[in-house]
This record gives sequence, C-alpha cells and structure tokens, in this order.
Amino acid sequence: MTILAADGVFKVFGRRPGEAVRQLRAGASRDDVRALGTPAVIDASFTVEAGETFVVMGLSGSGKSTLLRMLNGLWRPTAGTIRLGDADLGSISARDLRTLRQERVSMVFQHFALLPHRTILENAAYALAVRGVDGAERRRRAGEALEMVGLGGWEDHLPAELSGGMRQRVGLARALAAGTDVLLMDEAFSALDPLIRREMQDQLVELQQSLGKTIVFITHDLNEAMRLGDRIAVMRDGRIVQIGTSEQILSEPANDYVAQFVADVDRTRVLTAGSVMVRPRAVVVVGAGPRGALREMRDAQTSAAYLVDRNRRLLGVLRDDDVLAGQRRGVETLAELTRDEVTAVGVDAPLAEIFAPSAETPLPVPVVDDDGRLVGVIPRVTLLEAMAPTESANGDGSGGTAAAASAPPGRTNGTLSAPATAVPA
Amino acid sequence: MSATEIGPRIPLGAWIESGVDWVTDAFGVLFDLVRTILVASFDAAETLLTSPPWWVVVAVLSALAFWAKGWRLGVGALLGFVVVLGVDQWDNAMASLALVLVASFIALAIGIPLGVWAARDDRVSATVRPVLDFMQTMPAFVYLIPVVVVFRAGVAPGLVATIIFALAPGVRFTELGIRQVDREVVEAGHAFGAPPGRILRQIQMPLAMPTIMAGVNQVIMLSLSMVVISGLAGTRGLGREVVSALSTIDIALGFEAGLAVVILAIYLDRITSALASRSPVARALQATAAR
Repeated sequence: MTILAADGVFKVFGRRPGEAVRQLRAGASRDDVRALGTPAVIDASFTVEAGETFVVMGLSGSGKSTLLRMLNGLWRPTAGTIRLGDADLGSISARDLRTLRQERVSMVFQHFALLPHRTILENAAYALAVRGVDGAERRRRAGEALEMVGLGGWEDHLPAELSGGMRQRVGLARALAAGTDVLLMDEAFSALDPLIRREMQDQLVELQQSLGKTIVFITHDLNEAMRLGDRIAVMRDGRIVQIGTSEQILSEPANDYVAQFVADVDRTRVLTAGSVMVRPRAVVVVGAGPRGALREMRDAQTSAAYLVDRNRRLLGVLRDDDVLAGQRRGVETLAELTRDEVTAVGVDAPLAEIFAPSAETPLPVPVVDDDGRLVGVIPRVTLLEAMAPTESANGDGSGGTAAAASAPPGRTNGTLSAPATAVPA
Repeated sequence: MSATEIGPRIPLGAWIESGVDWVTDAFGVLFDLVRTILVASFDAAETLLTSPPWWVVVAVLSALAFWAKGWRLGVGALLGFVVVLGVDQWDNAMASLALVLVASFIALAIGIPLGVWAARDDRVSATVRPVLDFMQTMPAFVYLIPVVVVFRAGVAPGLVATIIFALAPGVRFTELGIRQVDREVVEAGHAFGAPPGRILRQIQMPLAMPTIMAGVNQVIMLSLSMVVISGLAGTRGLGREVVSALSTIDIALGFEAGLAVVILAIYLDRITSALASRSPVARALQATAAR
C-alpha cells in the first residue's frame, strides 16, 4: 500500500517561483533560473510503501531536507502534488494539516529539537499533550516509548543532562509515543559520534522490525543510507537522480555522479550473500549413496559436494576421500560421511559476516534460505572480487560475479523487488 | 549661509504644534481618561509603598532581594535603603519607585505583545523599527513639551514621557528573543501539530524568556533615568528634588537626591537580572554549564 506519493514536485524559494518552475519544466537548468528564485527541489516523483524505510541521500544543498519538509506540510510544494494517504498536502487546510501531523506523521530532528526546560518524560509526551491526551495516559505512553529506546529511569532529568545520543533517543521516543504510522527523520543521526551513530542505526533497524513504521530517512552518509534503506533515492542539485535498492545503486549506478558517490562505500556491509552467491557445482541428494556422490563430484570436477535432503535442505559437506573410504567400509548412508567444518550463512547476511566462515575452509561457503535450503555458494574468490569496484560486475554468473543485477532470491520483503528507476540528471 | 537664502523655511515645528493643539482638542476626553487612569495607578502604587511604616517597606524590599539573589543582595539593599532614609529622601524615593513600577508595567504591557507581533510578521517589524528609533533617540525633553500640553502638569505627563522613552527595549528584546529561538524546536512544535498559540506559549516565550528579561531590565533602567527628567514636568519624586537642586545650585541636596537614584537603580537592576536567571530555561542552561 502506498503511503506517500510525490508527483512532479517542485519547491522554489524566491521572488518568482511560478515562472521558475515553468522554465525548469521547459528544460532550464538550476543556474538558468537563479534570477527568479532558488530551486530546492526539482521535479521529484516517488512513492513510499507501507512499512518501508525510504532513504533520501544527498550532499548538503541537494534539496533533501526541503523535500522531507514537504512530506508533512512544513513547506508547501510550488508545483506538483504530494499525497499522504488520502490527503493532498498542497491544498489541505491549516487545521486539517495539524490533525494530520498529530495522527499520521511525526518527525525526528537533526539537532534533537527538545524543549530544554521540560523533563525527558514531558518532552517524550509532547505530541500526546498537543493532541490533548490526558495526563496519566500521556505519561504511560511516553514512559513506554522511553523504555523502548532504552531510556527508562531518565524520565525526570532535563535534556541538558543527557549525552547527544541519549537526547536523540528522546527525540525518537517523542516521535514513537505519538503513535503515527509515518516517521520522518531529518539527518537524525548526523550530529552524533560515529560509534553512537552506529548504535542508533542498529537500534532503529531493531525497532523497525517490531514496529513496521513507514520511515523516510534523510542522510548525507551513504553507508547509513545503505544500512537503513529498503530503497534509496539519490538527490543532486534538487533532482532525484536514482531510486533503487542499495544493491541496485551499488551495482548499476545511474550516472557517474552516483558511481562516484558509491565508490568509497563499505561494500561488505551493503552487499549480501544473496547478491554475490553462485550456483553450487556439486550437489548430492541424500538418497544417491556413495557411488552417486562420487559420480557427481567426478562430473563436476571437484573434490567436494554439498549434501542436501529431498527438500534441498543442507545436511553437510562430502569430501571425495571420505566418501571413497566410506564406500570401502560399506557405509551406505551419506549422512554419516559428512563433515561439519563448513558453516552456512543466510541469504541476507552482509559480506562482512562471511569472511570468518570463508577463512575456516577452502570450500565455497554454502548459502541457505530461511528454511535451511541450499540456494547458492560463495567461493572465496567471489568474495574478494565483490569488494572491488563495479568493473568486475559483468561476470558470467557461474564463475564469480561481484554483484548480481537481479533482486536477490529468497527475500520476502516485497518492497525490495521494486525496479530501479533512473532519472537522467 | 542660512536656510532663508536658498528657499523658504520649512515650518515643521509650527505644523507639529498645531497638530498637537488639534489632537488636544479632538481627543481631549480620551486624554482625560488616560490621565485619570495613570494618576490612579500611580496613587495606588505610591499608597502601597508609603502607607505602611517605613521599616515594613524596607524589610519587604530587602527580603525580595534576599529571595531573588541571596543574602549579599539582601544586606546590600537594607544598607542602601537605610542611607536613603538617612538623607531624608525616603518619600521621594518611594514616589519615584511607584513611577518606575507603573511606567515599566505599562511599557512592558505594550512592548512585549508588540515585540511578539513584530517577530511573527516582517512587515510589522519593518514598520515598528523606525518608530522605536525615533522614540529612543529624540531628546527626552522634547516630548515632555507636547506631553505637558496634552496631559497638563503633574504625574501623568511624567508617566507618559517615561513610557514612550522606555518602550523601545521591551519591543526590541522581545522580537530578538523570539526570532533567536532555535528554528528546529519551533519546527518540532509545528511538526507535531501544535497550533501557533501553543507554540508561542510553550516554546517561543519560554525559550526567549532570558532575552525578554534582559529587555525588562532595560525598560526599568530607562524608566528610572527618565524619572529624573520628568521632574522637569513637575512630577513628584527624586526628579523634582534634582531639578530644584539644579535651579538653586544646591550641591548638598543634588548629591543626596542623586545618590538615592543610584541606590534605586542598582537595587532594581540586580533584582531584575536575578529574576531573569530564575526562568526555567535559564536554570536548565545553568545546570548544563555547572556540569
């Protein structure tokens, strides 16, 4: 279900915004219309689905903050439409807009925006107080939200007594206590130390798994975008230059700008096992017996094979010498001949988590889905190649491709399979 | 070269004078009403300060200083008031204090809402600014003249002149304070659906309060300085003592009345600064600094 939809949205600040939009639509550049006004957002179109984390990424001045502020009506678009649920944010009355903000969309700010003279609990309860929720109920819900972000026990302190990371947790608790289904986050973690930032990102991911909010997250940090975003919109000079999953943006950048931007991203945290795995060469079904296993290995010209059951669930790894020895001893069940030396990884595991299993064995690391079924393997060479920039991305699909272009198999979240859309800059 | 050689003289002064005459005739009833209200407020304030025995008033004012700041200011205030009593300026000092309190109260009652309005609307701000410049820089004696014409001699013209003179910082500091409030915090109010009135009351005013209190302090100090000048208009109090000392070249009286003004000024300044630092926001900020 689409929660937010922007269609051809422009925001121009300055003396003659209408005329600036007309000229921009006719193909004028940002600099051409400088005399008429400053275009902050140019022709932005996108949708955000329920439960999705949609990240808008760009450098400062790219228009991402203005775009975010149009999603809850803090700014009205100069042209184009923005819909939040059934409401058209361009034409909504001030009173309805306030109701909408109270009930559907809350916001987390870069510099926390807490009231310095109110306690943590009062700050967290702010949205509820505005909505007129009575005192006891308000304190209960704000307390719950604080508990959720790990700030239980700090209710009576003032914001100034908390560290930056804790203050932003209050900001998050305030937005969560509001109970809205949409959460706008404006560079929410950018003012924090790197370590704290990572912690907050992890916490947000964790909370999001249980809460399932629709989140629009603004950031200038690509690593953050890739960690958090189901989909990412890359903005430059007011325009959205690409929308896609992190893998799509990494492996198929829409233009040189995006390519340059992603050049120094930590690929091992973005790319998942599912996106780099290849087809296993030798797979033996458990009923095949030692003879069948050996034939399979001979045909595939390998000295090892993955043993699976009838449902393709991974049982273990077979080495040719073990199977040969077993055959001589007269062992008929292959399951007795497997070794436990190989650790399987899930399809969603980032590459960073595959190095350790890969180092333990010369064999390719098996990749399994949620049901334990073998869906692919990652040879060590593939893992190393995947970390190199995109030149090596056009592999043949069996040897070792860096980034699979198609959406990875096995992921159940529907929003991830949305096609990448590239907008010419 | 005098102006008469390059063209006819502009009779600006005469126009103002006839304007004042016209205003006096046309709005006489209104001015009488204002005069009555001002005089009544002053009388009430003065009665409050002079009808109890002097030692009660001294005790209350010193206790206020103790509560606002601490024992040092409490003791200082006590000593100061004893000096005022000793030079026999107590009644005059209380009359001046009543004048300052009434004038400051009215100046703030006008100035703070005007400052809020100016902070919210750039056009209001642009209109108000030159008017404030005019009110603040025009030599104070000058508008004593029309004010005396309109309100006749006594307390009322002194109060009106003081209010006009002291109005500006109340407006300016309020506007500045509200415009300085962290944009993101105000935005947060909007983002959670708070109506503008609530944002003003719960976010903008509390966060601007330290700056607004600095304005309150300025309004009170300017009122006190004007109190002396309004002695020229026949307003009772320390001002009249200073003016009469000036006209009779009475060094002793001039010094004693002047010293009483200084003591009042220091007292009012310290009290209002102490109150400024007691606002919740100021205290929250001090709590951070202390860590």
